[in-house]
Amino acid sequence: MSDAALATAPAEFAPWEDAQATPLIRFQNVTKRFGDFTAIDNLTIDIFEKEFFALLGPSGCGKTTMMRMLGGFETQTEGTILIDGQDVAPIPPNKRAVNMMFQSYALFPHLSVAENIAFGLKRDKMPKDQIAARVDEMLNLVQLGKFASRKPHQISGGQRQRVALARSLAKAPKLLLLDEPLGALDKKLRQDTQFELMDIQEQTGTTFVIVTHDQEEAMTVASRIAVMDHGKIIQVDTPAKIYEEPGSVYVADFIGDVNLIEGNVTTSGDDHATISWAEGQQDLIGIAHDAIPAGTRATLAIRPEKVNIATEKPADMTNIIQGKVHDIAYLGNMSTYVVETPTGQLIKAQAANTRRIRRRAITWEQDVWLSFTDTAGVVLTS
Amino acid sequence: MKRFGLISVPYLWLLALFLVPFLIVLKISLSDTALAIPPYTPTLDMSEGWAGFTAWLSGLDIENFTWLTQDDLYWKAYLSSLKIATMSTILALLVGFPIAYGMSRASDEWRPTLMMMIILPFWTSFLIRVYAWKAILSQEGLLNQLLMNIGIIGEPLTILNTNTAVYIGIVYTYLPFMVLPIYSALERLDESLLEAAEDLGCSRMTAFWLVTLPLAKQGIIAGSFLVFIPAMGEFVIPSLLGGSKTLMIGKVLWEEFFSNRDWPVASAVAVVLLLILIIPIVLFQRNEEKQREAGK
Repeated sequence: MSDAALATAPAEFAPWEDAQATPLIRFQNVTKRFGDFTAIDNLTIDIFEKEFFALLGPSGCGKTTMMRMLGGFETQTEGTILIDGQDVAPIPPNKRAVNMMFQSYALFPHLSVAENIAFGLKRDKMPKDQIAARVDEMLNLVQLGKFASRKPHQISGGQRQRVALARSLAKAPKLLLLDEPLGALDKKLRQDTQFELMDIQEQTGTTFVIVTHDQEEAMTVASRIAVMDHGKIIQVDTPAKIYEEPGSVYVADFIGDVNLIEGNVTTSGDDHATISWAEGQQDLIGIAHDAIPAGTRATLAIRPEKVNIATEKPADMTNIIQGKVHDIAYLGNMSTYVVETPTGQLIKAQAANTRRIRRRAITWEQDVWLSFTDTAGVVLTS
Repeated sequence: MKRFGLISVPYLWLLALFLVPFLIVLKISLSDTALAIPPYTPTLDMSEGWAGFTAWLSGLDIENFTWLTQDDLYWKAYLSSLKIATMSTILALLVGFPIAYGMSRASDEWRPTLMMMIILPFWTSFLIRVYAWKAILSQEGLLNQLLMNIGIIGEPLTILNTNTAVYIGIVYTYLPFMVLPIYSALERLDESLLEAAEDLGCSRMTAFWLVTLPLAKQGIIAGSFLVFIPAMGEFVIPSLLGGSKTLMIGKVLWEEFFSNRDWPVASAVAVVLLLILIIPIVLFQRNEEKQREAGK
């Protein structure tokens, strides 16, 4: 998962770390209210050119509203939105160099695939031969050349999704907005299409902003992810950072599987913090970039796959937890062990099944030791 | 077998209530008028067997149809009906489309009420409603009184017993048939299609022309036929609201049957009217089929 994300964002591409770079999109203290309901709450964020930016969050978190404001279908109540340095508030959707791929695809049912793709080009009064050439180019890009004359109801859901993508890219927008673009596809097709989307984004060099509630999808395609909740952005980071070093319990819990171990901070500093969490168990140490005062209530978030499980007490590990196997979930390529500590807390550990299941050393009710390094988990105070 | 039985019900229905009556009318149209009961000859005398049948057959001719071409009353009436039906259809479309559009854009809680308002007139007899228009449109009627009280006109307008009154009557009566199919087409229209059109560079107006209208097309066609077909043969409205100058084939048909008691000519008029209407009916059916296919 994180490997794929790293592949789309090569180390060189990180304009958000460059203080000199000018963002393509700037949200400055943007608030949007619908009556009493605050959909977007004083939000500030920069998105850079050629980024594949994902807005991730549960439904109702405001991610779609943000996208619709970029498209021009909603106007913010307060604050400023700049696209390419220009305040876009007074610009109607049809005058913006922004195109949107709708969740329902919104293909015109009375027009053929080619006519759908040509729709935006015709509005620009582009000469006929140029339109034809551009439509062909787009059809090739999404590999739908054979279906040019079909009507939307004569093609499959996956093909419709590609027509919608081709149509929204045809005008070569500065910014492409994708509203849950893969939501209607089945899982297998969705995974293939994710890679296609990334390829197309790279080929065209367009800035993509994608709205999704599927964290796996966001992790796969995005260069950066903004995790949203209740109209606020909780964290903006690369997929790897979001996964490895979530800034809050909410983010840690929202993305992937995680063990959350609560305790009191005993010592802190030098990028680490130690928490004491249960009687009879040794203290645990994890990453904490900022020093946390001793005695603060904190949570250690640790991913199950970073927790090692062994039948004998490991000698040279910083963090060790003793417990008993409570449950085992066999997932084929790996197994998840749920271990119960003497104080009754359940902690998950994952191990790859390198041996056949019958030769497995660990079984139910067995005493085991869990261990992980001092950089595997993060200590979070919020 | 069971399936056959099920299918045969509508066919039997059509056979008994449409095809048989039509064949009777067709037969009468080929007969001659007579002072008898029924007022035409020949009638089939089964007692003489085959000879009786051949005699009956040889008594039939197309004289009445040739007569329709000779007297200019008939083709003038057909043409006039065609004109009135076409005009009424256009007027009903002009009035009905905005209503249907407004209904489809209305909020969910309002829609059933609006729908009710469109259907409500059907709860009263058609005849009573047309009579009510007489009271509204006459010289001393409500409309003239209103306009004179406001001071827009000094003298009452003559609307009743003119073609204008017939147009008003037809448009009023058949408006629901125009509104409902257009509404059902517009209601299905996904709002995001219009947003997509705007997103791709359309103004609201062009989005309407390029997306809303084409997608409402089937509804518009269906509604137009549903108004045009009955308006073409309309009899009650022109005879109650129209004047002596209002020429419509339905009225001619009624006069031939009941005033002239010339059943054969009246039947011929009816057969020709049906033949004229077959064209729009077939076109209507095709449109419905297309709609069903597109809906899949």
